[in-house]
Amino acid sequence: MTTIAPSVAKPQQPKTPVGRVRKRLTSRTASLVAVVIAVLWTTPTFGLFLSSFRPEDDIKGSGWWTWFTNPALTLDNYKEVLFGSSSSSGRLASFLINSIVITIPSVLFPLALATFAAYALSWTRFKGRDWVYIAIFALQVVPLQMALVPLLSFFSQGVEVFGLTLMPAWNLEGSAQFIQVWFAHTCFALPLGVFLIHNFMSELPGELMEAARVDGATHGTILRKVVLPLVAPALAAFGIFQFLWVWNDLLVALIFSGGTAETAPMTVRLAQMAGTRGNEWQRLTSGAFVSMVIPLIVFLSMQRYFVRGLLAGSVKG
Amino acid sequence: MDLVFDFAAEAPKLVQLLIGVVAFLAFVGLMLLLLDRAPMKERSWLHSLLLLGPALLLLGIGLVVPGIRTTLLSFMNGDSSQFVGLDNYAWMFTQPESLTVLRNTLIWVLLVPALVTAIGLVYAVVVDKSRFESVAKSLVFLPMAISFVGAGIIWRFVYAYRPTEGDQIGLLNQVVVWLGGEPQQWLQNAPTNTLFLIVVVVWIQAGFATVVLSAAIKGIPAEIVEAARLDGASPMQMFFRVTLPSIRPALVVVLVTQSIGTLKLFDIVRTMTGGQFDTSVIANEMYNQAFRYGEAGKGAALAVFLFVLVTPIVVYQIRSLRQRREA
Repeated sequence: MTTIAPSVAKPQQPKTPVGRVRKRLTSRTASLVAVVIAVLWTTPTFGLFLSSFRPEDDIKGSGWWTWFTNPALTLDNYKEVLFGSSSSSGRLASFLINSIVITIPSVLFPLALATFAAYALSWTRFKGRDWVYIAIFALQVVPLQMALVPLLSFFSQGVEVFGLTLMPAWNLEGSAQFIQVWFAHTCFALPLGVFLIHNFMSELPGELMEAARVDGATHGTILRKVVLPLVAPALAAFGIFQFLWVWNDLLVALIFSGGTAETAPMTVRLAQMAGTRGNEWQRLTSGAFVSMVIPLIVFLSMQRYFVRGLLAGSVKG
Repeated sequence: MDLVFDFAAEAPKLVQLLIGVVAFLAFVGLMLLLLDRAPMKERSWLHSLLLLGPALLLLGIGLVVPGIRTTLLSFMNGDSSQFVGLDNYAWMFTQPESLTVLRNTLIWVLLVPALVTAIGLVYAVVVDKSRFESVAKSLVFLPMAISFVGAGIIWRFVYAYRPTEGDQIGLLNQVVVWLGGEPQQWLQNAPTNTLFLIVVVVWIQAGFATVVLSAAIKGIPAEIVEAARLDGASPMQMFFRVTLPSIRPALVVVLVTQSIGTLKLFDIVRTMTGGQFDTSVIANEMYNQAFRYGEAGKGAALAVFLFVLVTPIVVYQIRSLRQRREA
């Protein structure tokens, strides 16, 4: 998928047929269509954003569009949803920290392990290498849903074969529960990660490796000094994709993190709030925005890698 | 309002994060050290094993073994104590409640890819070469950064319902009222509520289609365009005979990736309706059966069916990907 170039328009490019079509098809219609779509696509988010700053009674009593005639802004919703002390207020600050604690290792671990595996599959030689690659590659087909129940019992009951305990139950409690979320995310990310990074790494010129080897470099040195700098764009694309995936994930978190402020990420909390207190709009609107801030910053600052990562990762799940 | 942030309660999490990351870095360091120590020979399986071992182990524990076990579980009863043959599959294809789930999934997978591709294509064409092209594309692409849960909340707010007497707070009902209609419970009236959920996913995914198709449109060679123009092609002919065939591979990519994503869709249904009011889909039903009703067998059967549905699409995707790389 890396073959699809990101959407950077080159100004000196020749006219496309579409450009010409557009010109003749009264460009007014085209502009109108464009504006309608753009408005439809931004209004819902804007409405929520504006509402998150309106006082509670205003949100519940009148539409956000009435704000323009009756403007009143407050930060109370954010204060309450983040730090409120009553059990219904969200306490999102704790969940925000959980999201961060879950995301950092869940991006770092598969990134490193996939890089090692991709290197082994591209630049070391052993019997059956191609078959191992094809097997990993084929695992992309397996939907997450296939793995959930057994992986959960792997954590909670350990491994037992014919009455012989190979691994005891993990029995993780408190913040140690993060480990099983990291573990699950890492497992599920590997097929895509190995595939993407291998795509990129195997195309590096073989002479480069040969030269390094003649100079007496070990695989460790070649990987660090030669290969890593060259595959950095692929790592960035996969890293960003994985970041977004983990940050926005609900399914894995629901199953492996428990549902409490101790370990559950923001998505789980927001889903709970939407379910049980579906009409507490002052908390839902501000809470939803808290959860969006970090991915939006990443999106706006690294749009190019972001697009590339999303394209590359579009088969995952 | 009492504001509380108890840092002491958060500290163990950060300690856990630190321990996790440091332990992992130590592990990586150890591996690199061993890698440097191992004799550098042309065919040293030790190197390959060190590099590949951890990934293979995790894949085995996390995907291969669970995949096999889920397949076995799908032939067992709810608490996995008894072999029940094909009962779970029979349940899936005969009971009204599960047939609704399958019907909904079919509607999803027919509508979402088609709508996403169509809207993405139209938008990519109309903003192409305009002055605000990159801003315009960013606006539509932005929802891709939002979680499905966040998007679910945004749209529940749009669909919010208030009885006729009061002021509407949901935009859609307000528009209906302005046009002289009755406000509706959009998410509760089957079967149209599935369509309102589909709108949300189309809203999220259209930006993806726009970006992919826009890149493809820009990649059409100028000579082809020039030749068609010299032959006197009309704008419509140009679009249907030149543009569309030229971007066919990109269209296929969008359709295929959207189909896969739609089949596995879970979050939107879960946050917006929880699968109530006849809106459940396979992935959501699988979660309910396996993790809420304790019906591991039925959940497993749904997961296996999902696997069967997704496999041909992914295989097709991978094949076309390889062809393109070789070309």
